[in-house]
Amino acid sequence: MATTTTKLILLAALATTAGCASKRPKVLPPTAGETPVDPNAGANNGVGAVIPGSPQDFQRSVMSDTIHFALDMYDIDAASRSILDTQATWLLKWPDRRITIEGHADERGTREYNLALGDRRANAAKNYLAAKGINPARITTISYGKERPIALGSDEASWAQNRRAVTIVLQ
Amino acid sequence: MTRRLPLIALAALLAPAAQAQTATAPTPTPTPGGLVVDVEGGISAPMGIAVPPMPTSEVVSTPAGPTDALGRQLADVITGDLKNSGLFKPLPTGQLLNVPFAEATAPNYTGWSAAGATALVQGYVRANGNGTLTVGCYLYDTAQQRELARQGYVLPFGEWRRAAHKCADMVYTRLTGEGPYFDSRVVYVSETGPKGKRVKRLALMDQDGFNGRFLTNGQTIVLTPTLSRDQRRIAYLSYLDKKPTIYVYDIASGRQTKLVTDVSLAFAPRFSPDGRWILFSMAQNGNTDLYRIPSGGGQWQRLTTSPGIDTGGSYSPDGSKIVFESDRSGAQQLYVMNADGSNQQRISFGNGRYATPAWSPRGDLIAFTKIGGGFHVGIMSPTGGGEKMLTDGWQDEAPSWAPNGRVIMFFRSTQGGSGVADLWSVDLTGVNERRLPTPFDGSDPNWGPIRTD
Repeated sequence: MATTTTKLILLAALATTAGCASKRPKVLPPTAGETPVDPNAGANNGVGAVIPGSPQDFQRSVMSDTIHFALDMYDIDAASRSILDTQATWLLKWPDRRITIEGHADERGTREYNLALGDRRANAAKNYLAAKGINPARITTISYGKERPIALGSDEASWAQNRRAVTIVLQ
Repeated sequence: MTRRLPLIALAALLAPAAQAQTATAPTPTPTPGGLVVDVEGGISAPMGIAVPPMPTSEVVSTPAGPTDALGRQLADVITGDLKNSGLFKPLPTGQLLNVPFAEATAPNYTGWSAAGATALVQGYVRANGNGTLTVGCYLYDTAQQRELARQGYVLPFGEWRRAAHKCADMVYTRLTGEGPYFDSRVVYVSETGPKGKRVKRLALMDQDGFNGRFLTNGQTIVLTPTLSRDQRRIAYLSYLDKKPTIYVYDIASGRQTKLVTDVSLAFAPRFSPDGRWILFSMAQNGNTDLYRIPSGGGQWQRLTTSPGIDTGGSYSPDGSKIVFESDRSGAQQLYVMNADGSNQQRISFGNGRYATPAWSPRGDLIAFTKIGGGFHVGIMSPTGGGEKMLTDGWQDEAPSWAPNGRVIMFFRSTQGGSGVADLWSVDLTGVNERRLPTPFDGSDPNWGPIRTD
């Protein structure tokens, strides 16, 4: 028991270190006049206080909670596979944890088509995790279409950030 | 064929009834002094019209204001409707003569003609003892010095604007041969707040942007409302409990009922013309198809089975066909099928993508969003011919037809972090484009039919 805890702390520490070294920022620096909300705010409050298996633990343990997609696409590319693999590892470790995957689209599409596209993206992530051994019954999906952009500009860089699927561990 | 109808109706204005039956000329030949607004060319030469304040038999204080002030407001609303159509050029307020009550039905033809009005709208307003208003509405031809039409309305004080819209509809239909559209309402999504977390509320308003009220409080995302033909219900998408699905809002009671249950995503609701069905889209395991469900709830039926995204359906006015969008060919294109899902045929073949088709209530055209070098609102025939773009904005989207099939409302988004969406209208010429004066920003307009309540 004690060794398991030690391992977990070590893993968490490794993940954090690895994140500092190689992980691209989840949110690009905001442009002037924009103040996006940091979805991870509070995740690092008191490093020692993170409860193993908690949403905060997930955030610290995975490469990213977010994968991105090319224009009008929903395939899981190599970068996304690396990210989802770390999510699958965590989910296999915590088999009683349930997640929801949010699918999003950029603003350059019609509203209803983007709802369907967000659903495609969330399901592509879900199917990948299921193929990695995660019981699909643990995974729900929700599409927000273009309703919840994370980058607010009307430019390629912003749209690329908004074409995403975000994994959220349910409390 | 249907494009011919307005012209025949125009001809009927000019000729005795017997001759009108045989009028087949492609364009009407106005008799000298006859009153006709050409709906194609009228945009460049709108008809001069005068709508002076409506006199009252007796100044009476009402909950809607004193009757003399109401007479001025009625004239203002009629003037606004006719001006917004793009087919009329109302005389400015400063040139309007004062109309004594006795003159309402005996106009000063020469005075108005000299002022530049070829058509004249007069009327009167009277407060009744039982909490209602009587409004008279008269249309005159100042050159031929004759009355062309008249109507009277009795309405509760609070609904005085409807008398003005009905009067404007009478004038518009009599002079253009087109169907009415001013006495109608629009349901839409009112938008406030920052772009990253927009607050969206269902809202209902008159077609001119006035008399607006909110139906939901903004705590939940709501999208794509649509009015039933009988105007008693609104179907829409709500994210209540983070389960996006279709709800039906009963306007009289304010009661909201979940229509499609136990699915991960149901959206894009559209009433069938007879109100029995709601067409909708449902995503299952990443694949979206079209379905229909009884509008009072029940078992859904699947209409399409393609592996692509099939969505954005719209019924033909007779309910026999559905136009929808699908990316089964690789990108969004328009398709028409029978209402039971059979005989699916692609109708759009141009460059770019086509989305959000809306079948005109007149049946002759389909409006759509065209993506390619910007987002445009365009029109084509139900078989895909005669494609024409009507707008050119940064992002114009989601056309909805006026009840007469001659005007389209849509929403236009601006770019950047402070970008907003607003409601706009455009007519079939593509020239007469205007923004609706909503109290906040807005999107997803759905234009209801002429009111019958």
